[in-house]
Amino acid sequence: MKTILSLKNLNKKYGKVHAVNNLSFKIQKGNVYGILGPNGSGKSTTLGIILNVVNKTSGEFSWFNGTISTHNALKKVGAIIESPNFYPNMSAYENLRLVCKIKEISTHKIDEKLEIVGLLNRKNSNFKTFSLGMKQRLAIASALLNDPEILILDEPTNGLDPQGIHQIREIIIQIANNGTTILLASHLLDEVEKVCSHVVIIRDGIKLYEGKTDEMTASFGFIDIKTEQNQEKLIELLLTFKGIKTLTKKGDIIVASLSNEISTTEINKFCFKNDIVLSHIVKRKPSLESQFLTLTNHLN
Amino acid sequence: MFRLLQIEFIKLKNSKGSKLLIIIYFLLLTSISLIAAIKFDIGQIKFYLAEQGIFNFPYIWHFNTFMAAFFKLFLVLVIVSMTANEYSNRTIKQNLIDGLSKKEFILSKFYMVFTFALISTLFIFVISLILGLMYSDFKELSIIILDLEYMVAYFVKLLGFFSFGLFLGILIKRAAFAIAAMFVWFVMESISLGLLKWKFNNDPEKAENIIQFFPLYSMSNLIEQPFGRLKAVKAAANQLKTTIEYDYAIHWHEIAIVLVWTFLFTFFSYKLLQKRDL
Repeated sequence: MKTILSLKNLNKKYGKVHAVNNLSFKIQKGNVYGILGPNGSGKSTTLGIILNVVNKTSGEFSWFNGTISTHNALKKVGAIIESPNFYPNMSAYENLRLVCKIKEISTHKIDEKLEIVGLLNRKNSNFKTFSLGMKQRLAIASALLNDPEILILDEPTNGLDPQGIHQIREIIIQIANNGTTILLASHLLDEVEKVCSHVVIIRDGIKLYEGKTDEMTASFGFIDIKTEQNQEKLIELLLTFKGIKTLTKKGDIIVASLSNEISTTEINKFCFKNDIVLSHIVKRKPSLESQFLTLTNHLN
Repeated sequence: MFRLLQIEFIKLKNSKGSKLLIIIYFLLLTSISLIAAIKFDIGQIKFYLAEQGIFNFPYIWHFNTFMAAFFKLFLVLVIVSMTANEYSNRTIKQNLIDGLSKKEFILSKFYMVFTFALISTLFIFVISLILGLMYSDFKELSIIILDLEYMVAYFVKLLGFFSFGLFLGILIKRAAFAIAAMFVWFVMESISLGLLKWKFNNDPEKAENIIQFFPLYSMSNLIEQPFGRLKAVKAAANQLKTTIEYDYAIHWHEIAIVLVWTFLFTFFSYKLLQKRDL
């Protein structure tokens, strides 16, 4: 598999603050990566370093196996950082034309990309007249101009209204489905969960986890169980069932945490045999949120 | 190089303020020729400025470059604001992310500075040539090409001054503060000049030896004020003397000093950008 980007022992210190701490990971072609971390965890600093705007303190990173210089590599990359930065008095078209000149590509794809993000009818409007959602979409169009090998997005839905968030996500999913490698930094877990196949979790600049999103935890999930009959009796009964690790009461629902692969049918059968009829039984995969919180709180 | 110039041109073309300043600048440069129209006709006294010899070759090269240099402030405003606005709009960050290197960024700005200086010089050359051909008492080619080094000096003077503007724009990041800083620099340099001259009161040459290296002074020193020379030119013309006093000449070491400053300003702009996290 082709390595697009690799980070090796990357460090960034702002005075006493160790913003990025010995970070290493690799981005392979074709995957969709999420960088997850709370606010101020070093996500944006890391992206700033690989995007040539923040100077690293030590360590290394290389684009495309180090075959070309960073600024030339960036011509093959599409990147969007927190806020869209364009020339306010220039039209959408002129702004994109400038990007084409910088990336040394032809300008013939501008209209096509504006169409993708739904801004073609505003191509001659000045950037400063755009709403935040439109600015963000223009940024995406700009990042797509060169049909990038990798698309880097830093908090792309920050500050947008629900509709704007939805539009941006649709566009990202569409791009991901085309097979473009994506690196998405976010603190919004469902955003990452919906889009990313791989995830890197960092906190205080330290990497906590790197791997596939669905392999993030060894947990076998939870089963929510409810009965109209005696709840105490049900709990007693369930405690005897092999493969249930713990039981917690949440209102009238009992949450069973599993230590084995157990189906809801097995539980249902077991309870019915022992004269308890269940009124509700649902199996849940652990949410990324709970895994994320487990991981990030672990070091506290 | 052509690509970097194109990038700057797109930025410039879409900046209304800059375009306005540039238009005013060239109108003002052209207005030098209006001096030709200055006429006083009060009773017995008839004064026609164009006939006082200011448009005589080769003196016109000196006079026009000196006068035109005042208007360089308009272009430096364009340079400072175009550079500082890259910071305030954070477009410099976007430029780098899009694949421009920090070196290319400074180079593109320097090419703009260079082009501004070059176009200004060509413009003033053409205007002076036309005015000279219209009003000069001497129109022989051998006289016209005399003192053309004033064009070189004018070009270098603009190049140095604009690089200074570029440096301040990068250093201060805010257009208004950068302009203010330029003014403060000018005042501080003037005060230092005054103090040095006062300290070496009995030895003005020694003072001159030091202050010739000050950036703004070295630029203004390139083309001395031409008014004292006007009488000499007239006298020379009247008495049909061919030798002219040369206190006002361009000295090549003065050009070298300004070129060194140009290099330093551009180099330190680059170093600053390289060191900074954006």
